[in-house]
Amino acid sequence: MSNTVLQASHINKYFYEPEKFQVLENVNFEVKKGEFLSIVGKSGCGKSTLLYILSTMDTDYEGNLEMNGSRLTGLSQDRLADFRNEHLGFVFQFHFLLAEFTVLQNVMLPAQKLGKYSTKEIEARAYEKLKLVNMEDYARKQSSKLSGGQQQRVAIARALINDPTIIMGDEPTGNLDKANSNLVFDIFRKISHENHQTIITVTHDPDFAKGGDRIIEMSDGKIVSGGR
Amino acid sequence: MNLNLSFQIAKTHLLAKKRQTLVAMLGVTFGIAMFIVMISFMQGVNQFLEDSALDASPHVRIYNDVNTQRPSILDAVENGDDQINIVYHQKPKQQLTRIKNGLQMVSMIEQMPGVLGVSPEVSSQAFFNNGPIQISGVIAGIDYPRENRLYNLDSRIKTGSFKSLLANPNGIVLGATLARKLNVKVGDKVSVTTPLGGNITLRVVGTFGFGIGTVDNIRCYTSISTVQEILGKDASYITDIHIKMNDPLQAIAFGKNLSKQFNTYTEDWSTANQAILAGEKIRNVMTFVVSMTLLVVAGFGIYNIMNMNVINKLKDIAILKATGFGGKDVVAVFLLQAIIIGLAGGLLGLVIGFGISYLLSISPFETGDMISLKTFPVVFRVEYYVMGLAFGLITTILAGYFPSKKASKIDPVAILRG
Repeated sequence: MSNTVLQASHINKYFYEPEKFQVLENVNFEVKKGEFLSIVGKSGCGKSTLLYILSTMDTDYEGNLEMNGSRLTGLSQDRLADFRNEHLGFVFQFHFLLAEFTVLQNVMLPAQKLGKYSTKEIEARAYEKLKLVNMEDYARKQSSKLSGGQQQRVAIARALINDPTIIMGDEPTGNLDKANSNLVFDIFRKISHENHQTIITVTHDPDFAKGGDRIIEMSDGKIVSGGR
Repeated sequence: MNLNLSFQIAKTHLLAKKRQTLVAMLGVTFGIAMFIVMISFMQGVNQFLEDSALDASPHVRIYNDVNTQRPSILDAVENGDDQINIVYHQKPKQQLTRIKNGLQMVSMIEQMPGVLGVSPEVSSQAFFNNGPIQISGVIAGIDYPRENRLYNLDSRIKTGSFKSLLANPNGIVLGATLARKLNVKVGDKVSVTTPLGGNITLRVVGTFGFGIGTVDNIRCYTSISTVQEILGKDASYITDIHIKMNDPLQAIAFGKNLSKQFNTYTEDWSTANQAILAGEKIRNVMTFVVSMTLLVVAGFGIYNIMNMNVINKLKDIAILKATGFGGKDVVAVFLLQAIIIGLAGGLLGLVIGFGISYLLSISPFETGDMISLKTFPVVFRVEYYVMGLAFGLITTILAGYFPSKKASKIDPVAILRG
């Protein structure tokens, strides 16, 4: 149990628009350190909703959420923001980078916010992460000038900059071609197996899901297999 | 909260949209430049009017107010609640306009603290004869060194000099417009007649201009003894005492004290120039109303631009929040943008405002003889610039705050899910 990094228990979530509707029904599961977990299921089954609850950005739910041994349910938005900054990394489907900033600045921002290292160290670390995703040659480029696959790799580097315990991905390969998907998958695999960082992704891509350690399958707001 | 980082993000946002930033900045610049020009110019006008009124008139004037309405003897003797006295065609009493012990009062007042100078005057209505035509005016007998101290007469001289009054007991210095009406120049003679019939011929030794029509048109100066001679009075006959204070604002209380002490009628400059003071107040209000309107318009411009900015940056805000930036950081990012716009636009506005004020202060302004102005009156004071910048900053901060607050409340989930 000591290496459990995430524990979700009795998560219930409702949507109120256009009418009351239960999206998640008594969801329980745990994730271990270094695990590469994929959440799969049909559109509308609630898997993305679950991910955003896990991400701490959505606080409108019932149940209990613990990460890294601390209870996150009920914390203030600002405390949650600090927690995200230090312990969570995100990769989104639409590789959201800040368009006006360079690749390097994009990667550095969360670390500058954390303020644990000097700017010089942060820059060195950012180069290191960019090297990991093979993007170090583009560090000084404007991020809006990159291709989709390249942007997604930069987004992964940004997610890694603070060495978070958990990296979450919302369809990280959903917008990418096969070659780029494989590239992203290899990076994730490397992170989880070599750095022992936990990866939780929501995906539609069966190959991507199969490559991971565990698959949670969801249907109609409930976990149908893979939950523990 | 990391202000440095927020500043860095704010700067990048502003530089990425240079034209938009410039437009927002120019709104503030225009508002503040106009504020500076308006207030400098209006205060210049106020100052000019006040100066010309104060320069040409005493701070406190002591004189005998001739009052023809006096109670009848009947009222003094037979009075009571049960009767009404009616006296028909009561004639005014012969009253002297002289101030009793005037010269002693002058030397006493001169010793009082806060007094810049005291000048005794003998003034009388007078007619100046120019051929068959008589022009009415006022002849003032003055003690030149004292009067000069009060009104800086030497600087008002147009031709000739006031000093000649000391050397020439029959000299007279005429107001410039009066001299023109009489068609006389320095060296010519004028004939002066008083209402009581006294007549004297004086030699013009100079002309002056205060820049105030009512003075230059009717007034002339000669020595005290000359006027006493025309009026047929003795050497202690004084009709007016003019007092100037070091601080004009003290004059009001000082005048009231004098009135009690000497039991005479006194008038201070604020009573004598009420119209000017009222005009000053109105101009001040107008300046602030117009300037505030301009700044508020600029503020709405900034509000709109910042609002659009926040809407354009929804995605960026969501990412910042997802990666751990709190509500305060987001407020700081957008508020700093507003402050940078306000500060840069404000400083530019101060420079432009100063430039326009300076140009105004050196542009020639033709007003003719009546007003002693060569250029537009403009006042340069640091306070106005500090105030302008402060107003500009307050407006931009207010205009930037609400969009920033809105930005900080954005729910990242709604945007990231697409």
